[in-house]
Amino acid sequence: MTTFIATIEHVVKGPVWGCQDCGQCVLHSTGMTCPMNCPKTLRNGPCGGVRENGHCEVNPEMKCVWLKAYDRTQAWPLPSAWKQEYNHLRPPVDNRLKGTSSWKNFFTKRDRWTPPGWKNTTDDALEVGHN
Amino acid sequence: MSTLEHKLTKTTETVFTAEFHSLDGNGLEKAKKYADRFRGWFDGVNATDNTAAHAHVSNVASAIAMKQLGLEPILQVVCRDKNRLAQQADIMGASMFGIENFLALTGDDVTAGDETESRRVFDLDGPQLVRLMSTIKRGEYMSGRKIDPAPHMFIGAVENPGAPPFEYRVERVAKKYASGAKFLQLQICYHQDRLEKFCAGVRDAGLAGKIAIIPTIVLIKGPRSLNFMHNRVPGIDVPADQIARIEKATDPAEEAYLQTLEFAQHSLAQPAVRGLHVTDFRNDETLERLMTDLGRVRQSITSEVKDNHAYSA
Repeated sequence: MTTFIATIEHVVKGPVWGCQDCGQCVLHSTGMTCPMNCPKTLRNGPCGGVRENGHCEVNPEMKCVWLKAYDRTQAWPLPSAWKQEYNHLRPPVDNRLKGTSSWKNFFTKRDRWTPPGWKNTTDDALEVGHN
Repeated sequence: MSTLEHKLTKTTETVFTAEFHSLDGNGLEKAKKYADRFRGWFDGVNATDNTAAHAHVSNVASAIAMKQLGLEPILQVVCRDKNRLAQQADIMGASMFGIENFLALTGDDVTAGDETESRRVFDLDGPQLVRLMSTIKRGEYMSGRKIDPAPHMFIGAVENPGAPPFEYRVERVAKKYASGAKFLQLQICYHQDRLEKFCAGVRDAGLAGKIAIIPTIVLIKGPRSLNFMHNRVPGIDVPADQIARIEKATDPAEEAYLQTLEFAQHSLAQPAVRGLHVTDFRNDETLERLMTDLGRVRQSITSEVKDNHAYSA
């Protein structure tokens, strides 16, 4: 059953979104653009290597995945909650979920598991001096 | 507390950081030569991590050598070559030798280097690596396993104000600040208008005084280096008029110096800027000239550092 769901998901999301079966889908927060198509598989892009024409550092023929995600987040009529999530710090990929169904992982909340050390640790007490 | 952290968090002094040269054969001898050149000028020097995806002496080994030679290292950690386990090991290893400044980068892709057949890792990305460093600083590995005592760490990151999407780059600063970065070295930016907008954006986002912005300048000898950066370095665009300025000059080396000095002064005048990061490709007397022209006085070497220097010799 689990494999069946993963297969259906792959058939639907593969051709449309270029789904890479990471098993922890964040499409809604990235302007419906799969970040696993970024050659560096960044979950928090874009990197500093974006070319002057907005294309990818690694593949000059391709528009930067994260630039595409940014433009779509601005332009597409997506729910505002989704648009706000573009700026969120997405946690590291859980490599154990590769090839599993993100639909199933969403409903079981498995896709929201993060390592115990992954906590917000902003240390506001330490301000830098300024002019 | 490192000098860099002290100056940035306890004073309003301008800080200067530099990029250490990559080391290969006869590394320790060369490190001594480079250290003699940098010592006393800089508050922190980056121990680079396989720059531009070329293999060199490791970041941790360079940082330890630099510390022994009287420089204050900033350990660069990139995401291209190692997974989170190896990154944590490097951070802890450097910390064991008293290294306190850490710099998180996503890193150039393997295609920028000379072993493009390599497997790229990118297990974490830059902002995630900043948070990983904060986790260690708090006294935990990513697994939650305790580190007692927690290492003392001063965490920084990098951003490119000159690459699209320009308007979004400030949001990335906010993201890195929220993950625990206290200073931010910028990629060299030859578009002054982009740097101005970026720094004003950081100020308008209320981040001035929370994260220290440190723009980069590059000491070059002539137009070749500008053309190289423009054509070969990912994310760097050099306007044609800046290249023409050097190409048409009767003394290109002097004109290149004056251009760098202007960029340095312009960078230091921007809001939220707390210092300057110097990359030196000239390897001549211009480093000293630049620092003097910017009003920097070379610090003398303490006896403790001399001892360390002697120990490492």
